[in-house]
Amino acid sequence: MQTPAPLEEYVRATSVADAIAQLEKYGEDARLVAGGHSLIPMMRLRLARPEALIDINDLDELKSIKVEGNEIVIGAMVRHREVLDSPLLFEHYPIFRECEKVIADPVVRNRGTVGGSYCQADPSEDLSALGSALRGSVVIQNSTGTRTVPMREFHFGPYMTQVGDGEILTEVRFPIRPGAGSAYEKVERRVGDWAVTSVGTFVVVKNGVVEDCGIGLAAVGAEHFCVPAAEEFLIGKAPTEENLVQAATLAAEGCNPSSDQRGPADYKKHLAKELTLRALRRSVQSSQGA
Amino acid sequence: MTAVEEAPLSPAGNPIGFGNMKRVEDQRFIRGEGNYVDDVNLPGMLHSAILRSPYAHARIKSIDTSAAEALPGVVAVITGKTLEGIPRPSLLGDNFAWMPTLSYDTQAVLATDKVRFQGQEVAFVVATDRYIAKDALELIDVDYEQLEPVMDAKKAMEPGAPVIRDDKGQTDNSITDVHGHKTWESGNAIGTAEAIAQAENDPNCVVVTQEIMYPRVHPAPMETCGSVSYLDKVTGQLTMYTTSQAPHAHRTVYAMVAGLPEHKIRIISPDVGGGFGNKVGVYPGYVLSVIGTIVTGKPVKWMEDRGENLMSTSFARDYHMTGTIAATKEGKILAVDVDVLADHGAFNGVAQPTNYPAGFFHIFSGSYDYPHAHCKVTPVYTNKAPGGVAYACSFRITEAVYLIERLVDCLAAELNMDPAELRLKNLLRPEQFPYTSPTGWEYDSGEYEKTMRVAMEIAGYDELRKEQEEKRARGEYMGIGFSFFTEGVGAGPRKDMDILGLGMADGIELRVHPTGKAVLRLSVQSQGQAHETTYAQIVAHELGINPEDIEVVHGDTDQTPFGLGTYGSRSTPVSGAAAAVVSRKVKERARQVAAAALECSPDDLEWELGRWFVKGDKERGKTITEIALLSHGSLELPEGVEGHLDATAVYNPPNLTYPYGCYICVVDVDPGTGQVKVRRFIAVDDCGTRINPMVVEGQVHGGLADGIGMALMELIAFDEDGNNLGGSFMDYLLPTAMECPTYELGETVTPSPHHPIGAKGVGESATVGSPPAVVNAVMDALAPFGVRHADMPLTPANVWRAIQGNPIRVDMAVE
Ligand SMILES: Cc1cc2nc3c(=O)[nH]c(=O)nc-3n(C[C@H](O)[C@H](O)[C@H](O)COP(=O)(O)OP(=O)(O)OC[C@H]3O[C@@H](n4cnc5c(N)ncnc54)[C@H](O)[C@@H]3O)c2cc1C
Repeated sequence: MQTPAPLEEYVRATSVADAIAQLEKYGEDARLVAGGHSLIPMMRLRLARPEALIDINDLDELKSIKVEGNEIVIGAMVRHREVLDSPLLFEHYPIFRECEKVIADPVVRNRGTVGGSYCQADPSEDLSALGSALRGSVVIQNSTGTRTVPMREFHFGPYMTQVGDGEILTEVRFPIRPGAGSAYEKVERRVGDWAVTSVGTFVVVKNGVVEDCGIGLAAVGAEHFCVPAAEEFLIGKAPTEENLVQAATLAAEGCNPSSDQRGPADYKKHLAKELTLRALRRSVQSSQGA
Repeated sequence: MTAVEEAPLSPAGNPIGFGNMKRVEDQRFIRGEGNYVDDVNLPGMLHSAILRSPYAHARIKSIDTSAAEALPGVVAVITGKTLEGIPRPSLLGDNFAWMPTLSYDTQAVLATDKVRFQGQEVAFVVATDRYIAKDALELIDVDYEQLEPVMDAKKAMEPGAPVIRDDKGQTDNSITDVHGHKTWESGNAIGTAEAIAQAENDPNCVVVTQEIMYPRVHPAPMETCGSVSYLDKVTGQLTMYTTSQAPHAHRTVYAMVAGLPEHKIRIISPDVGGGFGNKVGVYPGYVLSVIGTIVTGKPVKWMEDRGENLMSTSFARDYHMTGTIAATKEGKILAVDVDVLADHGAFNGVAQPTNYPAGFFHIFSGSYDYPHAHCKVTPVYTNKAPGGVAYACSFRITEAVYLIERLVDCLAAELNMDPAELRLKNLLRPEQFPYTSPTGWEYDSGEYEKTMRVAMEIAGYDELRKEQEEKRARGEYMGIGFSFFTEGVGAGPRKDMDILGLGMADGIELRVHPTGKAVLRLSVQSQGQAHETTYAQIVAHELGINPEDIEVVHGDTDQTPFGLGTYGSRSTPVSGAAAAVVSRKVKERARQVAAAALECSPDDLEWELGRWFVKGDKERGKTITEIALLSHGSLELPEGVEGHLDATAVYNPPNLTYPYGCYICVVDVDPGTGQVKVRRFIAVDDCGTRINPMVVEGQVHGGLADGIGMALMELIAFDEDGNNLGGSFMDYLLPTAMECPTYELGETVTPSPHHPIGAKGVGESATVGSPPAVVNAVMDALAPFGVRHADMPLTPANVWRAIQGNPIRVDMAVE
C-alpha cells in the first residue's frame, strides 16, 4: 500500500472566492484538488507533498457546459465523463467525444475534470491537444479579478501553466465554428495508457477551400501543443490529399518528441504525420461545407 | 483410469464427481469477504517499511539512522550491520545479513557491502504505523559510492566487466550451480551438430538460425507480497501469516534461515491474491518481518507497495536465445540446436528443482518428431532483481515453447510453406507414446493431430487464409498464427526432483466424520486455482460424498501435511493424485467395515458411486454415510481393520504429466501506426480428464490474457544506468478486456495413463502456449514487408520499427 506524506490541512471550499481565500491563506504549499486523479497518485508516490488540500468538488458554479454567445463554455469541475456524454459538445465538435473516449478509462473519467486536466499540464494531456487545435481559451481567477488566456499561451512548458499561486482556473471557452469538421486520433500502447502520440484537428471547408483549420498534438513536444506553420499552409488551399499530406508533414516537422518506453523519437515523429493526416482527412469529410 | 462421464447431482445441485460446479471460493471473493495477509491485524501489531537502493550498483560507505530513530513512533531501525551482529545458530552462514536462495546461492537480506540492483533492501524500519515507517525511511542517510552497473547480459561476461558478486570472491559474472557447472547442457551435442552440418551441405535441406529474445516480465499478482510475523516469547512459537504459494517449503526454509526449531514455526497463508510464481521464493521482506518480531517482541506486518513488488520480487524469463533448425525442403525437421544466455539478476534466486538449473527449458524439442536436439544455457549475473523462474512458466517451458514455435514459423517462412502444414508434417503420432524426446523427457500421452484439426476447424482455417489473401490485395494486413505446445508439469518424481533437498511429493489427509461429512487437508496452496472446489470434486468422484459436504483445508502448516506447494501446474498432477489415492484408501477401509456390517467377505462386495453392495444382490449394501457411522460405532471389526474412516497418503508421481494444445491467433495490424488488434483467439487444450471444465476454462482464459499481455505490452526494461523502467502499472502494462478478444475454446481429452484420474496440469498451459501464437500471427501479417522476427513485446513502436527494418532492443531503454 502506498503511503502519502503527512498532510496538515484538508478544507472543502464553499465558493470560488472561498477557494481563492484558502489558497492565499496557505500559500504556495496549498493545492486545489479536483478529480484527484493526477494529484492523489503523485501524493501516494510522495512526488507531490502539499501541506494543505483545498477541495473544490462542491463548487457547483464550475460544473456546467453551456453556450454563451459565440462560445462554448465548460466549467472547470466538469468531469471527463460529462464531456464524453454531452450532446451539445458533440453537436458542435465531434472531436470532444472522440477525444474523451480515449482518455484514461471509465474510472478515471468519472472523476477527472477538465480544469484538473489543463492545470496538470501533462505533455501528453489529450485535452491540451484538443484545446490547442480548437484555439480555445481559459479563464483564470484570483482575488483581484479574472483574466482570459488563449490556450496557445497557457502553458510555459511541461506541467507549468499561467495559473499562479492563489489562482483558480474557472472555465475553458471554445469558439463555435459553423460547418466545422473535427476528429481525434490517438495511438496508445493499451487502453487507458497515455498517448504515444495524439492529434486533434478541425477543418472548415467553404467553396472547396479550407477556410479555417486547427491542428493540436500531444506527447510529441510541440510547443503549446500546436504547429501553426502546418495550419497556415493549409488555410486557403483546396483540401486535396496532396495538401493534407503536406500539412501533416509540416506538423511532424514542428514536433520535437523524445524517446521513452512508449517509443523512439523517429516513431513518434512518424505518428505525428500519420495521425495528423488521418485526422485531417476525417475532419475534411465531416466539414459541412465540403 | 476413469473415463469422463456425467456425474449425478447432489442435493445442492453440484456434480458428485467431475463436471461444472461454481467455485466455492467465489462466495467470499465476490462479496469482498476474502481474507488476505494485509487484512490480518494482531493486537499490538507494528508496521514496517524497507529502504531500497536507488542505484543498481553502488558501494555502501555509511548509513546514518539516527534521525530516523529519533522520529516519534519509530520502534527499531535495522541495517545490514545490525544483522551481521545477530548470530545465527544454523548451518547456513553465521549471521542474518545473508540468506540462502532456492538455488543454493546467497542473497543479502539487507545490503552490507554493496547494493546490486535498484530496489535492493538496505534498511528496515519498524514503527507504530506504516505512514511513520515510510516517513522514517526519508530520514535515513545512506552514503553510496556509485559503481558501473552491468545491465546487459551480453556484456556481463566481457573481460573487464565490473564484477557483481565480489562478496563470493568471484572474478567474473558467471554463475556456478550447486553441481559446479557454469553452463547447462542437454541433448546430444555431437549428433545435433553433425545433423546440422550435413543439412547445410545438402541442397535438399535448409538450415535457419534466429536470435530470439524472451524479455524480462513480471508476474504482477494483484496482491503484493507481505507477511505478519509474531514470535510468542512465552511459547517460543513463531506464527507467520504470509503470501506464500508453498507454506510448508517456506516453513522449512525459515527453520534453516532463522535457526528456529521447525516444530515451533506455523505458516498461515490465508487467501492469496494471485501468485503466478511470484510467491514461491523467500524474500528479504519476509525474513525481516521475522527479525522485526524477534527484535521488538511484537507482531510485525510488512506489506509491499506496487512499485516494490514490480522492482524487487521474482521476475521471469530474460532469456536471450539463438536457435538453429535444420529440415528437408519437404519440411521434415531434422535437428534443433539452441544457445541461451540466461540473465539471472544479482543473486541466483531461481526456484526450480535442483537438478534442473535451467528449469525444464530442456523440453524445447517440442511436439515434433525429430532425432537430434541439443541446448546449452549460460547463466550470468547482472545488476537486476533476482528471481528467475516465475510467472506461470512451468519452470521455463514458456521460453522453450516460444523458442521452438518461433523457429518452426521461421522455417515455414524460409520454405515458403504453410505453418499449419509444416506442423502437421512433424507432429508426434499417437502410436509413438509414451515418447522419449531427444533430450530425455518421457511424454505420457497425446493425440496431437486430432487436437490441431479441432483448432483448425473452429478457426475455419481455409477461409481465414482466403480472407487474408483478399485483404492483402487491398493493402490490409491480417495475420494468422499457430502455436502447438507440449508441457511437462507436475514436478515431480522424488528421485529426480527436489527444491533445496526437499523432494517434490505431496502429502494429504482425508477424514470422514461419523455423519459422513469429510475434511480433506492439502499441502498445496490455492492462489486462485479453486482447490476448495475441485479437490472436493475428486473426493466426491471417488467416494460419492456430496462436494458441499467436503471441507478442503489448506494454507496452514499446523493443519495440513507436508508438501511443496502450488506452482508449475503441479497441484492436480501431484496433490490431485494424492486426493484420489487417499480417497481410495478410505474406500477400501469402508469396504472392510461394510463387509463386517453385512456379514460377508470384502471380496463379495461391489462398488457403485457412494455405496458398497453385495455382488448379485444390489439391495444389500451400505452407503458411505452409513459406513462412516458404523466405522465410528460399536460394530465389531475384523482383526487388523482399524476403526474410523480416515487415511493419509503421500503421492510421489512416477512421471510428469504432459498437457498440450493447439492455439490459433488472428490479428489485424495497422502498418501506419504499428497497432496490433487481436481479433480472434482459438485455444484447444488437452489436459486429460477435466475435473471441473469451468475451472479449466477459467485458467485458460486468464492464461490467454497473460500471454497476450506478454506478447504485446509487458516488459521490465532498464536504462544503462540501471534504472528499472517498469516500476508501476503506468509503465508495466497489463492487458485489459479491451485488448482481449472473446476466446474460442475447444478441447480434446487424452487422459494421462499414469495419473489416478487421468488428469494433467493446466494452470499454465495458456500462458505457455499463447505468446508464440500471437507473435506468429503478427509476423504472418508482416510477411509482405519481409519481416521474419521481432522481439516481444510487440508494442506499436516495435511493430512499426520492425516494418522499417529497424527492430528495437526491447530489454534496454529505447535507443
Ligand atoms: C490511470 C490514468 C490514466 C490517465 N490517462 C489519461 C489519458 O490517456 N489522457 C489524458 O489526457 N489524461 C489521462 N489521465 C489524467 C486524467 O485526465 C486526470 O484526471 C486529469 O489529468 C486531472 O484531472 P483531475 O480533476 O483528476 O485533477 P487533480 O488531480 O485533482 O488535479 C491536478 C492538478 O491540477 C490542479 N487543479 C485542479 N483543478 C484546478 C483548477 N480548477 N484550478 C487550478 N488548479 C487546478 C491541482 O491542484 C493539481 O495540481 C489519466 C489519469 C490516470 C490516473
